[in-house]
Amino acid sequence: MVTLTIDGESVSIAEGTSIMDAAEQAHIHIPRLCYLEGLDAYGGCRLCAVEIEGEPRLAASCMRQVSPGMKVLTHSPRVRKARRMIVELLLANHPTECFTCERNQICELLKLAFELGVTEVRFNSLKPVYELDETSSAIIRDSNKCILCGRCVRVCHDVQTVSVIGFINRGPDTIVSTLMENGLGNVECTNCGQCIQVCPVGAIKERSAVDEVWAALDDPTKHVVVQEAPAIRAALGEELGLSPGTLVAGRMHAALRKLGFDAVFDTNFSADLTIMEEASELVKRVTEGGVLPQITSCSPGWIKFVEHFYPDLLPNVSSCKSPQQMFGPLAKTYYAEKGSIDPAKIVSVSIMPCTAKKFEALRPEMTDSGFQDVDYVLTTRELSRMIKEAGINFASLPDEPASELMGLYSGAGTIFGATGGVMEAALRTAYKLVTNKELENLDILPVRGLNGIKTATVDVDGLEVKVAVAHGLGNARKLLDEVRAGKSPYHFIEIMACPGGCVGGGGQPISFDLALRGTRGQTLYNEDKALPYRRSHDNPSIKKIYQDYLEKPLGEKSHHLLHTKYTARGMK
Amino acid sequence: MEKILTKNIDKPKASDIEVYLAGGGYQALPKALSLKPEGVISEVKKSKLVGRGGAAFPVGLKWDFTRKESTQPRFIVCNADEGEPGTFKDRVILKNDPHLLIEAIIIAGYAIGADKGFIYIRGEYYDEIEAVNNAIQQAKQKGYLGSNILSSDFSFDIQVYRGVGAYICGEETSLIQSMEGNRPCPDDRPPFPTQSGFMDKPTALNNVETLANIPSIINRGGDWYSGIGSPDSPGTKLFCLSGQVNKPGLYELPLGITLGELIENYGSGVNGKLKAVLPGGVSSRLLTDPEVKLDYKDVARAGSMLGSASVIVINQDTSIVDVARNTVEFFTHESCGKCSICREGTRQAREILTRMANGNGSAGEIDLLLELGEVMYDTACCGLGQAAMNVPTSAITLFRNEFEQKVR
Amino acid sequence: MSAAPWKAKVDDIITQQGRVKEVLLPCLGAIQEVSGYIPQPAISYLQECLDVPSVDIYGVITFYGMLTTKQQGKYVIRLCNSLPCHLNKSENILRVVERKLGIKAGETSPDGKFTLETVACLGLCDKAPAMMINDKSYGNLTEATTQEILAELNG
Repeated sequence: MVTLTIDGESVSIAEGTSIMDAAEQAHIHIPRLCYLEGLDAYGGCRLCAVEIEGEPRLAASCMRQVSPGMKVLTHSPRVRKARRMIVELLLANHPTECFTCERNQICELLKLAFELGVTEVRFNSLKPVYELDETSSAIIRDSNKCILCGRCVRVCHDVQTVSVIGFINRGPDTIVSTLMENGLGNVECTNCGQCIQVCPVGAIKERSAVDEVWAALDDPTKHVVVQEAPAIRAALGEELGLSPGTLVAGRMHAALRKLGFDAVFDTNFSADLTIMEEASELVKRVTEGGVLPQITSCSPGWIKFVEHFYPDLLPNVSSCKSPQQMFGPLAKTYYAEKGSIDPAKIVSVSIMPCTAKKFEALRPEMTDSGFQDVDYVLTTRELSRMIKEAGINFASLPDEPASELMGLYSGAGTIFGATGGVMEAALRTAYKLVTNKELENLDILPVRGLNGIKTATVDVDGLEVKVAVAHGLGNARKLLDEVRAGKSPYHFIEIMACPGGCVGGGGQPISFDLALRGTRGQTLYNEDKALPYRRSHDNPSIKKIYQDYLEKPLGEKSHHLLHTKYTARGMK
Repeated sequence: MEKILTKNIDKPKASDIEVYLAGGGYQALPKALSLKPEGVISEVKKSKLVGRGGAAFPVGLKWDFTRKESTQPRFIVCNADEGEPGTFKDRVILKNDPHLLIEAIIIAGYAIGADKGFIYIRGEYYDEIEAVNNAIQQAKQKGYLGSNILSSDFSFDIQVYRGVGAYICGEETSLIQSMEGNRPCPDDRPPFPTQSGFMDKPTALNNVETLANIPSIINRGGDWYSGIGSPDSPGTKLFCLSGQVNKPGLYELPLGITLGELIENYGSGVNGKLKAVLPGGVSSRLLTDPEVKLDYKDVARAGSMLGSASVIVINQDTSIVDVARNTVEFFTHESCGKCSICREGTRQAREILTRMANGNGSAGEIDLLLELGEVMYDTACCGLGQAAMNVPTSAITLFRNEFEQKVR
Repeated sequence: MSAAPWKAKVDDIITQQGRVKEVLLPCLGAIQEVSGYIPQPAISYLQECLDVPSVDIYGVITFYGMLTTKQQGKYVIRLCNSLPCHLNKSENILRVVERKLGIKAGETSPDGKFTLETVACLGLCDKAPAMMINDKSYGNLTEATTQEILAELNG
């Protein structure tokens, strides 16, 4: 323990703690831009400067550890003057497009400028000089707005280990960019969008499809169907005035109907379908000596990652399409037939917590319906903007169910949105497939929670099934390196690209707080517990689709509509 | 006066090991090896030698800190990334007396308990890199480098790292990042390189000129060395005299000589009339008093910094606003871009001073520059950002009317 | 495809010093020297050998003044514009070079012969104004001597 004084208050705290963290104990939140919990300290913005008695200069409190007897002033005149000037300098080199900026209500720079009392910018404003990076189908970068805090670089390198963006050039010419400035669409970017989640300003955002979706809704000749991923219902409320963790499934369905969607279904249904196919595939691989471990395939960020970085492991990846892309072709075939709707007139929209889903929908192989299977992907954030634009009072909406045909779902489908959820859902059904008995205790706790890698051994009637779960691509790498080395003991591995799973996706309300992601996940586990069906194979709509249309898991029709192939992309 | 650092440089084939040996070279090494490493450090401490690269940190203390770290291996790195405008001293040793440096690095390695040393030389020093590499080969052949040096238990090797064009790499943490293959952006200290340096191991970084003193200190004792020059800052110093002076050049002189003596007696006077002097390159503050004694304490007392002793003379015909603009242009170009304050601050200062130099400044901008200088000193991570506004702010203090004529 | 000349150099360095990130700078320096610039295949090769993300290698290259991913002229002229040279009228020398070669600082002549850069201090302050052309230094430049030096290279 180290005892020091912060603003005259004595603080005792563990050795190795930064002054910034120690200050919280003295009830002081030191301003910061480049520091973000969950990422290594960087020391670039210098806003967290504090005065330390006896030192000639101020110190960056995120970088400096406490030492015994240290006397720290966190908001002395010198400190306040420095912080204001730093913000002034950043503002002088920041476009004043705040009215139209994506981050209008939540920009950290804007907030700090106000809070730190910056009332004028005495430096001349610099003109925007950089072109937007619009090479990616999922993510758009604007170097003009970038304040070079480096959070995106750190999340891309240290958390996701994708490492496609970095600082280039030096001094005032420094920008965050890609190899040879080729753009995100031309490098190994997985489109996970975690860079968006950590950006303090509006320098990174999703490629919006809001206008296209409005146009479809406004077009009377179009039949617009919508699906919503499991994780949306646990986070959408945050954007619309509800407290974190509020389950908004019913209000979400109601809001979508109010927006004018012709059919409101639910991705949770196709998550159940994914389980039917994927659990069957697992059983087949295990019993027939297929390639093991089988690895899940529902996270498109993860899929692009494996295609670039571990193409040799593609045979391990389940051939199942993701729930979004299972729903896609079914909407334009099964639903079109059932509803006697011309599939050419169907516009299929998905609401996803994810930016990588935008890329996934555009994969050339995702056209098994004879059309582009999913036409537009909206993030949680984009949907919330549409709801606001339409003036819908979301909080007071009544709960409505999704349409039953492709909207009824089990608890297994809903927990897809949390890390470990696919694994748990798959085991519930695989148990039945192998043993023809129902798993008694449906809560498989060892695969839940926020540990980076979780493992469990499940007794399937005498057969010991070893499973592992990783969320965040850096964690995934650890399991994959084992597989590559032939040392993986597992039968089945779940990988989600984003920390926390889909509830922490790049399209969710802006936050990099893992605890918040845990809260969202818990919301899904709570819904699971409360639902009448908790196993995918119990879902009546699932039984019906196999009866009426697909026949059986891994059958011919399933194979055609619900399974896919991958592309070994390699490295640039 | 007896020369310590430049005694060999004018000899024919000075860089050859035979010439170095004939002049008494490689005699300090066996003497050092006959002492305990702690004994070597204590001799260096007695000498009161401080770093000649700019920061003037006591060398014995730095070695002591490094040695006392329990982590192994440890490294000695010679900083030969000379780049401060006005500085051209290390290149002379590198090119004309590389064995002096090599002998020093071996001794330093022995003292701190390192088995590997590096010399980081700026990339533009083509001839110097060649001279040093040749000298390393010669030293290896003679058994001064390699395993069991001079039949002792001590084994040591030296490798040259070639810089590729970045002033910031002269900053010690940045130099380490550069060697590690990272973007060479400085780190906050603590931890210091002596605790966690190259590859996170304890690393002593010393400037070329600093190290070049070591063989003499070992040969003749720390007490002998501390008796030279001024008692506060003993030893000789390589003064780099440049700018508007009649005889620019490199002069080895005892610390404590006055500015006027240096310019008149060695530089043959100012080319024109003296206006101001930068005693430690463009990172230092302007001085106008020729009576200032050039040692670390006196220059500091006069409000500037001796630094690398790169004395740049400015005459009365020169616009001080233009001088300020030029130096800030340099720092803008060389800022690494990591700290917002330095990246944006140098850029804005350059913009303001460029306008001022053209007579288009605004009145409030003079004080804005002073405030910017204050905040940059206070908050920038490294010496570059902290010192980048020294010339403009000292110019405003000394010659405010010149700035006022340039603003509306 | 015959192996690029830089590859042998890189392999040499890696053989001697190992496949570690600490050899990145030596490798980049060697490639620049052999090829006159750092081609993208070299970045990919280093990424593979050293397991350093290619954007990080690119980030390192673009940081340094002496590394470039664009082909440079046969003669790279580095003219110092730091204070000692500036005080000795280096901008007059710059004007002479620009006029003579028909290019501005930062440009390469269309015939690929010259690249002109203004650079920070070269450590030739006692010979200000000064410049380097490739690995050779030239000091105490006057407009006349500059003309002569360029004429010789053009000859």
